[in-house]
Amino acid sequence: MKHRIGALAAAISFFATIPSFAQTTLTIATVNNGDMIRMQGLTGSFTGKNPDITIKWVTLEENVLRQRVTTDIATKGGQFDVLTIGTYEVPIWAKQNWLVPLDKLGPDYDVSDLLPKIRDAVSVGGKLYAAPFYGESSMIMYRTDLFQKAGLTMPSSPTWDFVIDAAKKLTDKTAGVYGICLRGKAGWGENMAFLTAMANSFGARWFDEKWQPQFNGPEWKKTLTTYVELMHEAGPPGASSNGFNENLALFDAGKCGMWIDATVAASFVTNPKDSKVADKVGFALAPNTGLGKNANWLWAWNLAIPAGSKKIDAAEKFIAWATSKEYTALVASKEGWANVPPGTRTSLYQNPDYLKAAPFAKLTLASIDSADPNHPTVKPVPYVGVQYAAIPEFQGLGTAVGQQFSAALAGSTSVDAALAAAQSETEREMKRAGYIK
Amino acid sequence: MTEETRRVGRLSLTPAVALLFVWMIVPLGMTIYFSTLHYSLLNPGTESFVGLENYYYFLADPAFLASMRNTLVLVGSVLAITIVLGTLVALLLDEAVVGRSIVRLMVIAPFFVMPTVSALVWKNLLMHPVSGLFAYIATSLGLTPIDWFADAPLLAIILIVSWQWLPFATLILLTALQSLDEEQKEAAEMDGARAISTFFYITLPHLARPITVVVLIETIFLLTVFAEIFVTTGGGPGLATTNIAFLVYLQALIQFDVGTASAGGLVAVVIANIVAFFLVRVVGRNLDA
Amino acid sequence: MARRTSSTRKWVATLAAWIVGLVIFFPILWMVLASFKTELEAFSIPPSFVFFHWTLENYAAVQGRSDYVHHAVNSIIIAGGSTLIALLIAIPAAWSMAFAPSRWTRDILLWMLSTKMMPPVGVLVPIYLLYRTFGLLDTRSGLILVLCLGNLPIVVWMLFTYFKEIPKDILEAARMDGATIGRELVYVLMPMAVPGIASTLLLNVILAWNEAFWTLNLSTSEAAPLTVFIASYSSPEGLFWAKLSAASTLAIAPILVLGWFSQRQLVRGLTFGAVK
Repeated sequence: MKHRIGALAAAISFFATIPSFAQTTLTIATVNNGDMIRMQGLTGSFTGKNPDITIKWVTLEENVLRQRVTTDIATKGGQFDVLTIGTYEVPIWAKQNWLVPLDKLGPDYDVSDLLPKIRDAVSVGGKLYAAPFYGESSMIMYRTDLFQKAGLTMPSSPTWDFVIDAAKKLTDKTAGVYGICLRGKAGWGENMAFLTAMANSFGARWFDEKWQPQFNGPEWKKTLTTYVELMHEAGPPGASSNGFNENLALFDAGKCGMWIDATVAASFVTNPKDSKVADKVGFALAPNTGLGKNANWLWAWNLAIPAGSKKIDAAEKFIAWATSKEYTALVASKEGWANVPPGTRTSLYQNPDYLKAAPFAKLTLASIDSADPNHPTVKPVPYVGVQYAAIPEFQGLGTAVGQQFSAALAGSTSVDAALAAAQSETEREMKRAGYIK
Repeated sequence: MTEETRRVGRLSLTPAVALLFVWMIVPLGMTIYFSTLHYSLLNPGTESFVGLENYYYFLADPAFLASMRNTLVLVGSVLAITIVLGTLVALLLDEAVVGRSIVRLMVIAPFFVMPTVSALVWKNLLMHPVSGLFAYIATSLGLTPIDWFADAPLLAIILIVSWQWLPFATLILLTALQSLDEEQKEAAEMDGARAISTFFYITLPHLARPITVVVLIETIFLLTVFAEIFVTTGGGPGLATTNIAFLVYLQALIQFDVGTASAGGLVAVVIANIVAFFLVRVVGRNLDA
Repeated sequence: MARRTSSTRKWVATLAAWIVGLVIFFPILWMVLASFKTELEAFSIPPSFVFFHWTLENYAAVQGRSDYVHHAVNSIIIAGGSTLIALLIAIPAAWSMAFAPSRWTRDILLWMLSTKMMPPVGVLVPIYLLYRTFGLLDTRSGLILVLCLGNLPIVVWMLFTYFKEIPKDILEAARMDGATIGRELVYVLMPMAVPGIASTLLLNVILAWNEAFWTLNLSTSEAAPLTVFIASYSSPEGLFWAKLSAASTLAIAPILVLGWFSQRQLVRGLTFGAVK
């Protein structure tokens, strides 16, 4: 009997001294964009260095993801350990104390390397609440061959008048070439992202300092009228249901003379595998009307940790890995410099290899730098955010207004009626939410 | 009917009724409770009782009347299309067709595909005015392609949803046709009845109950059609394709306003009950026969 | 018992049926074709039917990126499980309402249907909270529960319809021969109701298979079925139609197999004339 107990005790103490490989599983919610898919593909590289961590991916489309994650976080469902959220959510969720401040990302992380505007967008009170994975602005992508044929030269910072004129000249509807392709699909992140940025360049703003909506003002009217007229004359049919993807498809197929959209599109349209016009693309800053603001926006997809998570250490390790300089080098070694996640670190834009492989790099950086989330408009505003207002109500407002403006483009309502509806709907919401007394 | 039959009958019904009752009452109770609160998902923990305010807000939404109209138009049109075409297709498939199993599978296939995917296929690969197949056919014939989702968005949605639900109606009606008494039909033929009369006096009455079932089941699903709208038009342009379910969605997951979404959901239930009431008035007696 | 049909009638019907079938099937055919094209070709004008560069790259991409088998197994368990359980509960219930009706029967039927009147999105938060409390989030049993009870009214209704078709005299004849209710159910009713049960099974498995609201919201990774798999191919930024088509084709493959087999049950041969 004693022997048996002794043997048992020896066995137990033997096993107890083996370092326990407690497996931590991280469930990561992410958007279905190219860069995230690449990150998924490189998971092995992370788990190789961290064998005690297993990764489970949940990949969804942006809107569905946002709804899913918000529902979970608000009900404390605890389903996710690392979240992919945008610069819209970061200030709102940080205010709610839903995010863990990221100050323990390790000495190699180099927070000061982050592009200043992007860093501003994900920090509250100086603390980083989410780590930027990739950042973007918007710019003009144009067909160098069509411009040459029409005898036009694109300035590096064109005005709206120039762009409108060029679009009309480039349009050849019988040949199926449209001077300019712009977003028209309704959505706060679809057409309203573009239109809000465009409105900024026309001197408009969503709300004045007292949160009164400004759709009944002359600047918004000029914005929407210009947009609708331009699209009717020089835009493709079906524009009111074209979002990023549809316009990408059109541009790749050679049907657009110009396309103003996210800077990340640049790597798609210059990729010969997907684009018929890969070697004929030039870039320029988004247009302006001389008022000091360009029609470009600022956005970043970021990785964050929900507050109350029991896996903060593992999550921090992952986030530090995925948003580090080493990760960028890893992607470059496997897929080339043109495919690294853009728009987050200054060091990337000083890297000669990157600048050589990505002809759009310089203008991407210039675009990001020219967008200021803290002062997005010509006149002062009570909100932050360039193409959105970082208030929880904006999602609903942007969606409703986006529908009205999409209808104006489709012709089922007039510009004035759309603006009036936008004004009354926004006022109704803001009153109910308590912004306007 | 014997007493034993009656007893066993009640017993057999109990599990289904009990389970559905619990399944209904608990979420319903919670929803009614939430509908009286100001409950924003983005601000949990700050709920306050506001009585019927959410209902006023939902019903006073300028979008509400338009969404009601859209809902009824959508449901009515899809019902009409699927039942009429479904009956015809079922009759056709009831014939001795060569390769019948394959044709049957082809006809049922639309129901196999996830609604969001089929909506995307219709929107981008078929209906897109620049790169869709329909546009290609139109331009080849010298016509201008229709911009479906700008000029006729509700019609486009009706087409997509009808295509998706046609197999359902066809399959139920086809199965029902299998139990149609052959001899009755042959007797009628031998008595000199033409095909049309046979159809109206023998086939159609036999199909009365299945058609009623299809109407009622489809109505229940069509009242809450959401995925196809979400993926194609997002309720637009303007309010052209916003139905009640979409309006509730806007409250729930765009505004993150759980209180108003709950109120909206209950309003949708009331409307559905009213619709069902009228439907049952019209076709309900077929259930008993 | 074959019906006497003229040859003309048969061939006209065949032609008409095939045309109708192809027209209805066409969008799916187009989708399957797109799955074999490159992304660029998937939306090119003029669209190509057969003469394009056939490629398996989309299937490779789909296979490499997400675990098809894991999701497919989940779909089979969830859709199959929920439908089978629903059938077990519904068959006695439908029998009761078809053959032992009371004055409440119609009301109960309508009430059952009314449990489906609430738009799911309106009840998302309550259900999510309930599931969180009971630890049912991201579990297969949780999904089976919601789909089973969600489809139960439909299963009951469809079975009720088919049971009503069966002439009562046959059942009574069996009863008079001394069969108990149980035996009557199993040995007389079921064989006659096979086509109906097969249709009900097929349609409800499909409804559960394609149910994309609850499966998306109540599952994360463990219990995620093919609906989540497909949703992950819908991208806001970037071309995805060819890959989505490939993912969808993979997702409907098991259902097509089920459809094919259950179709054999819809054979016109189980007529009551023969039984009489």
